[in-house]
Parts: sequence; structure tokens; C-alpha cells
Amino acid sequence: MAVLLQRFRSLFREGNVEFDLPEDLQFRGYDRRIVGRLFRYVRPYARQMILALALMGVITATSLAGPYIIKLALDNAIPAGNSGLLRLLIVLFLAAQLIAWVARAAQVTAVAEAGQSSIYGVRRDLFEKFQRQSLSFFDKADVGILMSRMTSDVNALQELVTWAIVGTASDLFTLVGIVIVMLALDWRLSLITFSVLPIMLLLTAMWRARARDNWRRVRYYNGRMLGYIEENIQGVRVVQAFTREKLNLEKFVTQINYRFNQAQRRAARLSALFFPGVDFLGTLAVALVIAFGGALAVGESVFTPGVLVAFVMYIGRFFDPIRDLAERYNTLQQAMTAGERLFGLLDRPIEIESKPGAVEMPPIRGEVVFDHVYFHYQPDLPVLHDIVLHVQPGQLVALVGATGSGKSTLVKLLNRSYDVKAGSLRIDGYDVRDVELSSLRRQMGIVLQETFLFRGTVAENIRYGRLDATDDEIVAAARAIGAHEFIEALPFGYQTLVEEGGASLSVGQRQLLAFARALIADPRILVLDEATSSIDTQTEKIIQDAMDRLLEGRTAFVIAHRLSTIVRADQIVVLSHGRIVERGTHQELLALKGMYYNLYTMGFAAKRPDA
Amino acid sequence: MHTLLRILTYLKPHRKRLALTYLCIAAVTGLNLLIPWIIRQVIDVGLATGDRRYLLQMALLVVGVAAARVVFSFGQRYGMESSGQMVAYDVRNQLYDHIQRLSFSYHTHAQTGQLMSRITEDVGALQRFVAGALLDSLSIVLMLGFIIVILFQMSWQLALAALAPMPILALSVQYLAQRMRPKWKQVQQDFAQVTTVLQENLTGAQVVRAFAREPYEIAKFDAANRAYMRTRLSTIRFWGSASPFMGFLVALSVALTFWFGGPLVSAGALSLGTLVAFNSYVLMLSGPVQRLGNIVNLIAEALACADRIFELLDTPFEIADSPHARVLTQVAGRVQFEHVDFKYSDGRQPTLTDINLDALPGQIVALVGHTGAGKSTLVNLILRFYDVTAGRVLIDGNDVRYVTLESLRRHIGIVLQDTLLFSATIRENIAYGRPDASDEEIIAAARAAQAHDFIMSFPKGYDTEVGERGITLSGGQRQRIAIARALLINPRILILDDSTSSVDMETEHLIQQALKTLMRGRTSFVIAQRLTTIKSADQVLVMDHGRIVQRGTHDTLLRQPGPYREIYDLQLRDQEEAIASVAAATGAADLRPALAVTGG
Repeated sequence: MAVLLQRFRSLFREGNVEFDLPEDLQFRGYDRRIVGRLFRYVRPYARQMILALALMGVITATSLAGPYIIKLALDNAIPAGNSGLLRLLIVLFLAAQLIAWVARAAQVTAVAEAGQSSIYGVRRDLFEKFQRQSLSFFDKADVGILMSRMTSDVNALQELVTWAIVGTASDLFTLVGIVIVMLALDWRLSLITFSVLPIMLLLTAMWRARARDNWRRVRYYNGRMLGYIEENIQGVRVVQAFTREKLNLEKFVTQINYRFNQAQRRAARLSALFFPGVDFLGTLAVALVIAFGGALAVGESVFTPGVLVAFVMYIGRFFDPIRDLAERYNTLQQAMTAGERLFGLLDRPIEIESKPGAVEMPPIRGEVVFDHVYFHYQPDLPVLHDIVLHVQPGQLVALVGATGSGKSTLVKLLNRSYDVKAGSLRIDGYDVRDVELSSLRRQMGIVLQETFLFRGTVAENIRYGRLDATDDEIVAAARAIGAHEFIEALPFGYQTLVEEGGASLSVGQRQLLAFARALIADPRILVLDEATSSIDTQTEKIIQDAMDRLLEGRTAFVIAHRLSTIVRADQIVVLSHGRIVERGTHQELLALKGMYYNLYTMGFAAKRPDA
Repeated sequence: MHTLLRILTYLKPHRKRLALTYLCIAAVTGLNLLIPWIIRQVIDVGLATGDRRYLLQMALLVVGVAAARVVFSFGQRYGMESSGQMVAYDVRNQLYDHIQRLSFSYHTHAQTGQLMSRITEDVGALQRFVAGALLDSLSIVLMLGFIIVILFQMSWQLALAALAPMPILALSVQYLAQRMRPKWKQVQQDFAQVTTVLQENLTGAQVVRAFAREPYEIAKFDAANRAYMRTRLSTIRFWGSASPFMGFLVALSVALTFWFGGPLVSAGALSLGTLVAFNSYVLMLSGPVQRLGNIVNLIAEALACADRIFELLDTPFEIADSPHARVLTQVAGRVQFEHVDFKYSDGRQPTLTDINLDALPGQIVALVGHTGAGKSTLVNLILRFYDVTAGRVLIDGNDVRYVTLESLRRHIGIVLQDTLLFSATIRENIAYGRPDASDEEIIAAARAAQAHDFIMSFPKGYDTEVGERGITLSGGQRQRIAIARALLINPRILILDDSTSSVDMETEHLIQQALKTLMRGRTSFVIAQRLTTIKSADQVLVMDHGRIVQRGTHDTLLRQPGPYREIYDLQLRDQEEAIASVAAATGAADLRPALAVTGG
């Protein structure tokens, strides 16, 4: 049979296509731990699940009653001319359908309640876990992947909880019910009918594996196609400038779009074979019933029109549950893979947490001591090496060095985005690891080079620094920073909506908002990563003034790119390969003629066109 | 109607496939109608007379019908599905081609997401429409027509009674689908809200932690999560209570058949087999009736989608070859702007006003000014990404509007600030403008762009994949590949966006070297941020509000008061002072004169 089908299939294969698919993930079987874990989320809704199962029994019973009632009508009521019985049967029939209707509605609701609520819980736990994770977690993780955990993986679990569990029960009920009713009607005809079952199972099994591969292929080529289109839309300027239109179209028509189309057609071909195949088996069973029914039972008055009709109807419903069960096995496998990834994520240890019984950090004066601090992300790649640094309250420290010298890492230790690997970091004499985390972070401000704004109004974005700030305080902060004028000039002033990523604002304006946000938080220690991107002249001037205002009276660490900032620093710290190689004021360092000197001669003098 | 006709034109190339599909549909319909008839014969003849031979014959007939149906069913299903897919394939090709050729003024306003949804959702709806509604409608019409005729022939009174619930069924399917659509839309929107909050939270993880805002974020997410759950629940509840009604209506038809048909059989007016066959036909009807109810919605949806697709396909290319465009062969590299005005089509203020310039072959022209002063717009006119509103842009005396786009752009190289590379190998990226370039040429370009060494440091060298499926390059590396890409086409005219992105000093130095190689011997327009570039320019044009407000060289401009001095004080002086203070602190007097010389 398999060989035959293979040959049949090859008849419809178009050309010999090489599908350049990457190796795919292995699918997983049933895993008790994952199901058990999931069950904990469902348990609060056990009542709904039990109700759903009970209703399932009612639905199965009522829907299987239909053909039997028709059989009674055909065999007993109609030939005998018993119109009273006929009407009774019809009323019964309709009553059963009515009950099925109500039961179905109730069951769908119960399942949905249990499923949606428990999945809501999974989603909530996952998000809370994300919040408790330290930044090191986000360095390694890709936002896209985390997003897909929350969306497609959670959805796979949702499928399992809602339709797979209840659906499987329903399929089993239906199958068992049909088998019982058929056997009761005529056991010999039943056995004959069941003889097509092995073929059906074989067909389904073959189809299932291939269909899964096909759909994976379709999804893969679809993703590739969308990626190609998106890239070319975003890069349309390059496409047109390099006059690649013809070539790109050719590639799209003959490869990208074609492959997707081919994969789609292949999938269509397979299901166009399978479903008629199932129909054929069903009809074959009917033929068998007719042939053998006649041979076995004519004259014994067992093979009546009613039995025939009932069998035809039951056979029609026999195959759906089998096909569904095969489908559900796919769902189960997907849910297992998804569940493993999800629970793995939920179980990931949190690297940075407050110690049990950690003390609240008292108001910070601003003395910062790095005491022989070592740090690395990966053991074999040291990032900071024996950092010794003493900063007095209110001092401005400028950090200078090439990309990768460790500047950003150094400031990330301050608010415990990471923990030191050796040595200690003390603020006002407190080791940062000994104080309660949020009490520490509340008193620190960070302004990053790339300003991140949230969707919401301008006012809300500033308020992010201190949630209980009044409108007046927000305006005051914006004024102090010099952002008030441009905010007022926006269409709705402080109530103007900031688009995702702040796309509607200029780089300089975004930075001013970040300054205002930091100012309103009134941090005792400020970390500032100066922007390098070019900003127009007027904004640039405002930003320089704003920085003065922001730095006033606080201990500040600045990853400096502007000379004006560096020059006025109380300490310039020059980093190279994770070590402090020079420190001092601008003049002192230049006189040294060392690294700092080189950075500048290289940075500017080296640009002589004839160098 | 017009839209529908236009959709039909897409089916034309697939006439054969369609004809075959229609044939299969007709055959399947006929075969389907045969089965209840056979059952009737089995009951009325076979069972009534106890003729085993006859029953066996009927059984064989059933097998025959079933076997034939497999073949035609395959043809029907595959034909319908693949027709839809082929139409979608053709439409996607057209859309892709049109989008990539649409001019700049379109792309600046269009959102990538919206264009993408034309290609995914709208084409998807069109495909479903062709595969489902358009072809299925024949099957529906045939089934409905034949079955109704058969039913009325069997007994018109019984047919009237049994079919009574069917119109209600069709209408309620349509009604339900209509009610469900906005609900599902709401569900999708609420889900999008959940993912938006999540995405924002994840990308802003550092800010969230810096301000210790985790509890606030949790509350925000919970609100979205809860809203999504509620909407979804209420939608499912609605669906769950309404959809079993359809099943009930079908059952009602069956009940009516037996209620009125039973007594007819008892009275001998109808055979038992006929009643059974009648009932089978009624059941067979319920599928097409439900599909008919849904077809109205499908058509409405598809027409709306098709309209959006056609609207995009009908968007004219603003920039296209003029009918008698000449091919620009040899270019020396002179670029002139004569009284050029430019205004974006959406009618805002003019972006460029009365621009005059004359760049001689091999000159470097530096454009200086605030963001929004019109620098980028000016260089876009050279490439003819836009057409001037008034005046002329000339290359070697040829108006850019009267030469073919391809020949014009082939002579111009651009290196943009936000370097865009494609998901392909490094080799393919460098050869982007000249896919036929030899390996030697590619390597030579990479060497000149200071990119060869870092490329060779990758295990796969030039065959390293970049982008989504490959490695991530740093900003400086990307920029150098873009320079190699521009070098390889050996353009006579070069457009350069020199804005510094954050790269370390060493990379910066390498990029400078590469740019220098690139500009040598070419007419170059540089949107300049670096002092050294400006100093090396033959012409510095200071732009403000779309006008050239000052022109000269760095030295002449610095001597007069004006906008250049202002920009210099705020942006450029820092760079100068760094050099000066180095010089002062070290007594290295050689630095300043060296720079001054290059400025001249």
C-alpha cells in the first residue's frame, strides 16, 4: 500500500525540486513533568474542566442518538404506519438536538474559561519572571525569541489546554460510542466495517508525518519570502541607486516566490490526496455493508433499511475522530516542545537579587569606591581587571577609552546590572550587594546613549522617572532641562503621543526627554552615556546646558565623547582592555603623553587627508 | 463589479487548469448525487426482494463511484487550491516589482508594515477567494440546483417542508460571520497590545531596571493580558452559543422530512428508499447552503482586499524614463544645478529654493547645515530619486530627466549613513551593483575599502552570510562594506553621507582612509560632519531652510561672520581644540600647520 501510494504520489510531483531547508527541530513525545506542571495552572479551574467533560458525554450521547432514532423510525414506525410512534420519535430527535445545542454552548464556554484563565496565568508568571531577571539575562537573550516564547509557545500550550484535552476526550467518547452502538445493531456488519480501520490508520499515519513536514516547509519559505520583501522595501533606496530592480525581480519570481508557491502546491496536493482517500474508505465500508449485509442477513430480517441507514450515518462519523486524534498528536508534540522551552525559561535562576534580609539603602551621599574589582561575562574573556577607583560625593568622573575597553561595563556595575566577580563596590561604605536592590536603583539615574521612550504621552514619559510627580513638577523639570519650548510646540504639548521608539521626535529631543526623566527622578548618582550621533546646532547647545543642570550636585559618571565634558571632569579615567591605564585631569593627562594623548592625536590628527 | 472583472483577468493564464477543475467539480457533484440513489435502490429493490446478486451489484457500483470520486475529488481540490495559489503567485510578483520601482516620494510616506500586509493579508484573502468562493460557487450552484430539482421531483410538498429551514441557515451563517469579524479583530488588537507592552518592556529592559519600575510594568502588562483574556472569552462564548444553532437547523430539516415523509410512505405514496434518499439529499444540501451563506462575506472581504492591491498596483511611478530618454554612456562628472526649486508633493513649504551650483569633474563638494536644511534632498535630486519642481539638474550638460534612469544611476555611487546590507554573503553584498564582478575585483574593492582584513578574519571569508541568517557586523564594518560596494561600480559621481556613527577611533581612522580612496578622482558630494572632510573640500555649501546661504572654502568661510562660524563654534571647534590642546600640552607645533595646509 505504501509503495503504491508512493508511486501515486510521484505522479504528481512537479520537477525534481531541491528544497534547501535547514535541519529542523526534533519533535518531542509526551512528557509527564511538563503536563504536570501545566496541570497546576489548570487546577484552579478543575470545576470547569469536569463540567466540560460531563457535557461532552451528553453531547456524544445525543448526537449518536440521532441515527438510532432514524433507524427506529424506518424499521418500526413507518412500515407499521404508526404515526403516533413516528411523531414521538421525531420529538425525541429534536429534543436530543436541542440538548446537544445547549450542552455544546455550555461546554465551549467552560473550556474557554478554564483554558483562557490558566493561560493568562502562564503569561503573567512569564512576564513577572522577565521583570525579575537581571540585565545579564537580556544580553544573552534575543528579544524576538523571548517574544515568540510569549506568543507562539504560549499559544501552543493554549491549544493543548483548550482543544486538545477536551477534544481528545470527545473523540474517544465518540469512537467508543459508535463502536458500541454499531456492535449492538449488528456485530457481524460492525466487524466488516472495522476491517477498513487498519488502512485508515495507516493512511492517517503516513499523511500526518508528511503534512507536518509540508507545513513546516510552507512556513519556512513564507518566512524567507517575507524577509526578502521586507529587506528590499527598507533598502529600496539602495536597490534603486544600484539599479538592481530587474535582477531582484528575477530572483523573486524564479526563486523566492516560486519556492513558496511550490511548497504551497505540494501541501495542497497532499491534502487533495488524503481527504478524498478518507472519503473513499468510508464509502468502501458502506459498500462492504451492503454486500455482506445482503449475503449474511437477507431473509433473517436482520439487515433492515434502518440498520443500513444507521450504519451509513455512523460510518460517516467514524473517521473524523480518528483523523482528529492524529492531528491532536501533533498538537501534543508542539505543546511539549513549547512547554519545555517555557518552563525552562520560568526555571532560569535569577542572577541578581536582594539578599534575604538586605537592608534598605539610606539616602546616598555619593561616595563610590571600586575596590580591586574584577568582572567578566565569560570566564575566558576578562572585561574589567583590578579596577581601583575612589570617587568623592559630587564629583564628575569622565570615562574615556576605545570601544570594548570596559567603560560601559564599569558603569553597569554601579546599579548592580551585574555583580562584580571579585573585589567589591561600595557606595557610602555599603557593599552594593548587601542592600535592597530597588532602594539602591531608585537613587541612581541612567541616561543611555540611545534614548528609549515608551509609547504614551510626553508627560507620561517624563513621569516614568517618578510616578507620583505632579504635572507642575513635570513642567518644571522640562523647563530646567530646556525641553519645555519644543514640547509646547508639539501638536498637543505635553499630551502629545510619543510613537514607538520615539520615532516622531528628533534624536536631540529624545535625549532632552531622557534628561528630564532623569532629573525628575532626582538620583543621587548619575550615569550618563554621551550621545555621539550628530544633533543640530540649536539642540546641541540646549543639551550642553541641560547636562550642566543635570550633573549639578550629584556624583556622576560620564562615558564622554565631547571634549567640553571631558575637560571639566574632576577625574578622567582612561580605560584600555579592562584596566585603568591613566587617570587625572585633562592637562595632567596630556602632559603624560600616554594613551590619552594618543587617543586624541589619533582621533583628529590622523585624519589629515595626506596621512 | 469592475474589481471582480479585474480579478478574473488573473485567471486567464490558468484557463486550462480552471477548465479541468470545473470538469472535476461537475463530475464530483454528479458522483455525489449518485450515492443516495444507490441506497434507495438497495432499500427498495435489493432489501425488499432479498436479491443478493442485486445487492452485490449495487455494492460494486458504490465502490466504482467511490473510486471515480477519488480521482475527480483530487482534481477538484488540487485544482481549486492551486489556482488560488497561482493567482497569488502572479499577484505577488506584480506587487513586488511595482513596490521596488515606486519612487522615493512614495516610499518616504509608506510604512513597510502596510506594504507587507498588502502582500501577506490582502493577497492571502484573494487566494482564499479564488480557491474558495470563485471556484466553489460553481460546486455550490450545481449542488443546490440539482438537489433541489431532485427533491422537488421526488415530492414537491415534502421538498417545500424540508427546505424551509435552509434559507434561515444561509442567513444565519452570514449573520454570524459578520458579527464574528469585528470580534476577532478586537481579539487580535488586544493581543497586539499584549505583545506591544511586552516588546517595549523587553527592549527597554535597561530603563525599567534603572528606574526600578518593575511593579509598574507588571501592572501594565497585567491590564493588557487581562483585557485580552476577557475579549477572547466573550468572543468564544458568543461563537459557542451561536454556532450550534446551525446544527440544530439541519436537524430541523431532517425532522420535517420524517414528520411529513413518514405518513407518505405509510400511505404508499412514497417508497421507503425514496424517503431515505430524500433525507440524504437534504443532509447533503446543508454543506453548500452554509458555504453559500459565507460566500457573501468572502466576496465582500476579497473585493476590499483586491481594491487595496489594485490601488497599489495603479500608483504611478513618479520617476520613470521619459519616452525619448537617451542612454548616458561616458560621464566626466560635472554636476550642475540651475535655479533648482523642489517641493514635496504633499505641498508643504518648498524644501529647496533657487539652488545653483557647478561641481567640476573630480571636485569635492561639502554640504553643511542643520538637520532639515535640505542637504539630503539636494543629493537625492542628483540620483533622480525626485524630480525638480523648477530649474534643471545637469550631468555633463545632460538634464537628468532626459536620460535613462539605469544609465544615470550606474554612474553614481552612494554610501549612506545608515548602511544597509542585504541578507546574503559578503561577496554578494559587495557585488550588489555589479553582480558579474570577478573575485579579484571584489577583493581589490574590499582592500581599497579597508575591509579585506576583517573579512578574512571570518572563517568563511567572503562567503560569510550577513544579516538575519548570518553574523552581525559592527557599524564600522558595515560602512566599509558599503564603501567597497560603491567602489566596485567605479562611479564617476559619488554621494556620501559622512555623519559619524559611533565607532572607535581606530575604525574611524580606517573609514577615513577608505573614504579618501573612494573620493579620489571622482566628483563627490559629501554631507559633512567631520572637520577634516570639510577642510579638504573644494566647495563648502552652507545650507539653511532649503537655500544655500554661504559658499566658499573652509578658510574663506571662517573669516566672515555667518552661519558657518556658528556651526563651527558649536560642532567643529571641539575637534579643532582637541588638536590644539594636544599641541599646546606637548609643544608639537607640527600639527596645526599640517591641517592648515590641507584646508587650502
